[in-house]
Amino acid sequence: MSKLKTFTRRTFLIGSTAVAGGVAFGAYMYKRDPQNPLAASMKEDEAALTPYVKIDGEGITLITPRTDLGQGAYSMQAMLIAEELDVELDQIKVDPGLPDPAYYNTALSDEGAPFRPTDDSFAAESARSFVDAIMKFLGLQITGGSTSVPDAYEKLRHAGAVARETLKMAASQKSGIPVDQLNTANGQVQLPDGSALSYIQLAPFAATIEPVKDVTLRAPSEWRLLGKQVLRHDIVAKSTGTLNYGIDLEIEGMVHAAIKTNPRQGGIMNSYDDSEAEKMRGVQKVVPLENGVAIIADNTWRAFKAAEAVTFDWGPAPYPAEMDDHWQTLSDSFTPDLQDARTRDDGEIDNVFAEGPPDFEAEYRAPYVAHQPLEPVSAIAKITDDRADIWTGTQIPGFVRTNVAKATGLTEEQVFVHVTYVGGSFGHRLEDEFVKQAVEIAKSVKGTPVKLTYSREEDFAHDYPRQIAMARAKGKVKDGKVDSFDLSIAMPSVIESQMGRQGFPVPGPDPAILAGAWEQPYAIPNYRTTGYRAPALAPISSWRSVGASSNGFFHDCALDELIHAAGADPLEERIRLMWHEPSRKVLEAVGEMSNWGSDLGQNRGRGVAFCLSFGTAVAEVIEVTNTQDGIKIDNVYVAAEVGKVIDPINFDNLVKGGVVWGLGHAMNCQITYSDGMAQQSNFHEHEGMRLYQCPNIEVRALENGAKVRGIGEPPVPPAAPALANAIFAATGKRLREMPFNKHIDFV
Amino acid sequence: MRLIINGKPETLDVEDDMPLLWVLRDELGIKGVKYGCGIAQCGACTVHIDGVAVRSCAIRASDVEGEITTIEGLGTPDALHVVQQAWIDHQVAQCGYCQSGQIMSAAALLDQNANPSDEDIDNYMSANLCRCGTYPRIREAIKDAASKLGAGAA
Repeated sequence: MSKLKTFTRRTFLIGSTAVAGGVAFGAYMYKRDPQNPLAASMKEDEAALTPYVKIDGEGITLITPRTDLGQGAYSMQAMLIAEELDVELDQIKVDPGLPDPAYYNTALSDEGAPFRPTDDSFAAESARSFVDAIMKFLGLQITGGSTSVPDAYEKLRHAGAVARETLKMAASQKSGIPVDQLNTANGQVQLPDGSALSYIQLAPFAATIEPVKDVTLRAPSEWRLLGKQVLRHDIVAKSTGTLNYGIDLEIEGMVHAAIKTNPRQGGIMNSYDDSEAEKMRGVQKVVPLENGVAIIADNTWRAFKAAEAVTFDWGPAPYPAEMDDHWQTLSDSFTPDLQDARTRDDGEIDNVFAEGPPDFEAEYRAPYVAHQPLEPVSAIAKITDDRADIWTGTQIPGFVRTNVAKATGLTEEQVFVHVTYVGGSFGHRLEDEFVKQAVEIAKSVKGTPVKLTYSREEDFAHDYPRQIAMARAKGKVKDGKVDSFDLSIAMPSVIESQMGRQGFPVPGPDPAILAGAWEQPYAIPNYRTTGYRAPALAPISSWRSVGASSNGFFHDCALDELIHAAGADPLEERIRLMWHEPSRKVLEAVGEMSNWGSDLGQNRGRGVAFCLSFGTAVAEVIEVTNTQDGIKIDNVYVAAEVGKVIDPINFDNLVKGGVVWGLGHAMNCQITYSDGMAQQSNFHEHEGMRLYQCPNIEVRALENGAKVRGIGEPPVPPAAPALANAIFAATGKRLREMPFNKHIDFV
Repeated sequence: MRLIINGKPETLDVEDDMPLLWVLRDELGIKGVKYGCGIAQCGACTVHIDGVAVRSCAIRASDVEGEITTIEGLGTPDALHVVQQAWIDHQVAQCGYCQSGQIMSAAALLDQNANPSDEDIDNYMSANLCRCGTYPRIREAIKDAASKLGAGAA
């Protein structure tokens, strides 16, 4: 026991410096090194060499604390560790581990490190664009903000290297052979005589020695796995129906629950009548909740059906009941007292417009849109007097643990959050309302595991959608060039809404209001971006690419109109204005990929768009045909600057998926409210994109930037404006409001 | 109620209106069949009934006549169906939640149309929704599977 304790204390923790360095996170400040969470549960013959590598008699487990939402995070994390650890991907298991301070996301604190104004000021600026508010998340084990790769890139390779060198040291001490004569490969330390000691053999001994801290990471030219096409670890299971997602898990003795809560989000329940429901087959219990009821039954469908049979008298929504009032609120928000931030103000905008009317002026709109990953949200909760177990797919396991502890009166150490495989998220699982509800239901049947599954309709009704937003743009041209661009954006604060539900106040400006607009690296002589924080409307949440999902559309479409007003070529003028070289190169790349300037033939058009978001520059060119049946999207050419591609298959998949996501919602989707309730209840009313609308998509990765960047979100913002600009080129019609199908037909 | 699922007869005591999906998932524990929408809009629950692709969420189990095949009956990790092998070779899945249904639809398509055109694929496969946007790879995998099936038949 004392040995274990000693080991725990001296265990080297990778990546703890940023938190241990005294970064303050409000109430979440950590004053000491978090301990290796694996050590606490170790048996004598097991070794936890870093919080990311666990070796026992069963084999080698790599801990991959960033949730795999479908974006391939587990594979990516495993590849980074395995590269340095010298194990093959088929030799290891991955496990997300339990939430622990050791797994804090430090990518954002790295980004937030004090930049001297002269020190790579562009990097500093683009980092600051989202750091302030997301700092509230910081120090928490969160998957989001396209940070998984930047966070893991050094940390996990370092973890693998520390584990490898420690195992080599163990082999050296055991064999008496100097470390520099030992090699590692295939999960073994190889001795000069050709024999080998497996990591598994060495693990018990390695656990007793001081971990080797001084390691050197391999140069990319030596990589075996990173940057190579490898088979994703879950691909066979996902192709054979053998992967268990959260919704598929069965815990012994489990009962099923369904829920019906006020579809006017945040409204109260005045009364309910469950007399029909409680008589239905399989129904075991009706559990009243604060704003609705839950049904416990012996089967998911019986629970759904009984929940539908309950009748309710719901209270009103705490936001405007009708859509027109939401838009009116935004329209009324462009006022000095609601100004949130003016993060760019180059040149003399006021003087320019005092001299004469603008050459271009327009208003743009982006509606609410739902996340609705294909796996409906679910959570299993089992509550006893001294322990809570939660099985769920979540991007915020640390928050979940805290919230479950609060709801049950248990300590955080008594709460075990088991992160499951997830059938998509797109930001949906940054929320944990469904987990809190599962806990409330489980508290009513202590000791019995309860699986709460949302019906698709309930999931739609309670999706906190992407923010609604409005923009006003005006500009002037001079000598055939863009001279002045003034963009104002109004939206409610997504960070305030989202963090408010977690009990965080968000003082100061919300960077999401201007994200994807203010930090665009164009050198326009007179250039201003102003954000207005509209009063809170319907509750909203982070939706793949967050503020940039609306602002990329506003900024780039307005710029496109301005370029046309100048009579310039859309691609050439963007390139001329672009001062940031890696960004200019993505524009040049899509120009080359699309053979920009070549004749497309009749009834066809080509549009380009660019957006830098989450530090990642992405350009897209879209080609469309205006057919008799409507607009058909033919081709999309995408170039993205990510510094280094870790996993090429995942990269390609995420870019294509981001384009499909961006286009499908821009074309076809909105959430609207009437009588305080979302009017879209299932995929027939909000389907994104189906295969018949999917264009050919060609992808190119660029690696010119100094930093490694994420790719989960950045392909989304340029998709909508590239399409709108292409449709203008093909038809002469400007689309200034999403979804575009309100204004034009698609094939 | 009696059903034949993946070649195995099952006797069940459930309501007449229970959809096949929930009989499979909750009564029989066959979890490869996914719940996505409950109204035949997403295709995640696609199974074969006598070889025809059917949305199991929208058919009452008591109405089923014929043998049911789920993704588990199509192939296994050790004995993959050609379509599953193509899905692996092309690394189609992202979150993977829709892919059981996509694969079941693709297998049924190729069963009735060995050499589908792009338009055939678009039409048939548009019944299956993928929120991650894996469509380009789905197209490639179907074409690959079609050519391998064709080569096998020749």
